[in-house]
Amino acid sequence: MSDINKLWLIVKREYLVRVRKTTFILATLLTPLGIGLIAFVSGYMASSSMSGQKKIVLVDQSGILNEEDLTNSQYIYTKSKESLKDLKESYATKGFDLLIEVPELTDLKLREHTVSFYSTDKLSLVSLEQIERRLSRGLKKYKVSQSDIDQETLDQLEIDVKLKNAVSAGDEGSTSDSSSRMSIIISSVLSYIMGFLMYIVIFVYGSMVMRSVMEEKINRIVEVVISSVKPFTLMLGKVIGVGLVGLTQLTIWLILIPTLLTIVSMTMGLDTAATSNDAAEIVKQLEESDQFNLTQVIDEISQLNWLLIIPSFIVFFLGGYFIYSSLFAAVGSAIGDDLGEGQQLMMPIIIPVILAFVMVPAVFNDPDGPIAVFGSTFPLFSPIVMPARLPFDPPLWQVLMSMAILIGSVIFMTWMAGRIYRVGILMYGKKVSFKELGKWLFYKG
Amino acid sequence: MSILSLRDVVKQYHNHTAVDHISFDVPKGKIFGLLGPNGAGKTSLIRIITTITMADSGDVILDGEPINFDHPSQIGYMPEERGLYKKMKVGEQLIYLAQLKGMPRKEANRKLKQWLTKFDILDWWDKKVEELSKGMQQKIQFIATVVHDPKLLILDEPFSGLDPINTNLIKDEIDQLNKNGTSIIFSTHRMEQVEEICENIVLINQGKKVLEGNVSEIKEEYKDNLYRIEFKGKLNADLKQDNFNIISDTDDELIIKILNDENPNLLLKQLLDSGIEIRSYSEVLPSLNEIFIKIVGDADSSNAQSNL
Repeated sequence: MSDINKLWLIVKREYLVRVRKTTFILATLLTPLGIGLIAFVSGYMASSSMSGQKKIVLVDQSGILNEEDLTNSQYIYTKSKESLKDLKESYATKGFDLLIEVPELTDLKLREHTVSFYSTDKLSLVSLEQIERRLSRGLKKYKVSQSDIDQETLDQLEIDVKLKNAVSAGDEGSTSDSSSRMSIIISSVLSYIMGFLMYIVIFVYGSMVMRSVMEEKINRIVEVVISSVKPFTLMLGKVIGVGLVGLTQLTIWLILIPTLLTIVSMTMGLDTAATSNDAAEIVKQLEESDQFNLTQVIDEISQLNWLLIIPSFIVFFLGGYFIYSSLFAAVGSAIGDDLGEGQQLMMPIIIPVILAFVMVPAVFNDPDGPIAVFGSTFPLFSPIVMPARLPFDPPLWQVLMSMAILIGSVIFMTWMAGRIYRVGILMYGKKVSFKELGKWLFYKG
Repeated sequence: MSILSLRDVVKQYHNHTAVDHISFDVPKGKIFGLLGPNGAGKTSLIRIITTITMADSGDVILDGEPINFDHPSQIGYMPEERGLYKKMKVGEQLIYLAQLKGMPRKEANRKLKQWLTKFDILDWWDKKVEELSKGMQQKIQFIATVVHDPKLLILDEPFSGLDPINTNLIKDEIDQLNKNGTSIIFSTHRMEQVEEICENIVLINQGKKVLEGNVSEIKEEYKDNLYRIEFKGKLNADLKQDNFNIISDTDDELIIKILNDENPNLLLKQLLDSGIEIRSYSEVLPSLNEIFIKIVGDADSSNAQSNL
């Protein structure tokens, strides 16, 4: 029987054994459910705190505040003529949550003004800040009205500066400003997500390969298996099988997580719409402000160079997985049953992964800087750094060169790992040093 | 005609020579003993035969062809350290291992069911290996080794860890397979197990071959011309001592060494005349263990002398 058939058998076994495990099924299904649940709970809490209006009674002897200016959907202010002393006794029974007393503003030049409040409940930091902001605004309005400046002049004094990339706008012609702040934010977020995904994939599935190698060695089944297939075939089958497990899990998550989040946001949306219009109002506010424009976000996302990003990401994803999981397999074969000793051998694998991940912020601070270019070319870093660089439209020749180097390294690394693996799996009861591993590379058959 | 021939095989690990210029032939259709103490190089040798490792030099010929990666499907190998996937079900695991040996799935399924039925363990099919006792796992391992009808079966310490009942069961199966034409290499350090089973042996020590040949011929060659006489009565002490040497003498048993290639009938004649009632008269052949100790001891002492 040919090696390919045997490889296929091994891949099939490695895949099925893992996919059928209860722990795998639970992790695959519970992770999206957990994320959905967290989204639901936080959404629910946000909406419930929003719908829980607070009634505030205001004692404002000098009459400097206007209750209409203060009131919003969450806090309803009512001015009262009663004395503070009476209200202190009765505000709760009259149905108010909070009593606020604003003393007279004696000097218009004062930059601080202390206001007292009385409440049976403890106020959250957020509520305190919101009330403070409202009162500040009211007092500012009062100060303006008492001065010579009219509100209109004051408004005209404010100005925002926006930097716009004139070069790329001119180049591309079609889009107004493709390197706007928004596109940089979106690219950075995407960059971070892709870098992080690679980081997780390498560690989670790489160590899965390692454990699987160790298990076969400790079980001693390995000698039976390699009397039927070449050790390299066994190692490769394992790497591919576990890789497919990873792809299965990621695909399920990629489908389930957005689906669940959509369901959650839809039910939440209905929920809040029933009680109040606040959520819609907030979204509307956000959309109106320049900071966060939903249509602009979608627009920017669709303008990313997906034709480059998606295929390249797949290449770097597979390349990174193969390089690191075969290294993990080599280490697993050398460890045997002493995990403590394995930690030391794992260091040379863990360090480059962490280094590469640390480079990611440097990449989106300076996508064409020396760190980004080096990191996205060196094959141990490029599987993490290049995907992080992809949203920033790196030069095509650099991407292709990096891919070529990566593919070459994958072949070299799996070959090297295979040499270590075939010696390691038959080696028992011996503490292995790096020097020893180096020697294994040159052992004959 | 030999199923397996080794010619001048050498395997070196970086600090020692595990297999040192070893040559021998395994006759087709016979049970062959690969003997030697622990660490003699048996496992290294077996790994070369099973294509797990490659010899540094020398030739390994399986059934007329130099060993290559098509051969594993014709070999069944049960390592000394047994191992199965603990979390896998028995049936699934056996089918997987049989498929790796090149059997089609259907045929593997049919044959395995036959084997399990034969051992009366068909109801283990859906059990996980970790649920089985050690002895049960050994049976599964044995089935995994033989299910693809190998031409050459290599068993490394097949009886270690087995109780007497299972030992006999496996012994019977080995005999049965041998009768059906399978050549078997039986590797062990327990030489007494081999005498009854194997026709031919090779004995290795410290990576070198010390002895090779037919078990009865070897015994013949290394015998000390000892005879055991079981008797009743009182022995008159005046046996003619020129050609005989009394090694031990108890109330009902004598062990006598015949010197100068004297005919054993002569001794018997004298004994018949000596007034005792003879119960048995038999030649004492050395055990392989004794032969091994004798050879290795000699080699050691000659080594020691050359070191002086």
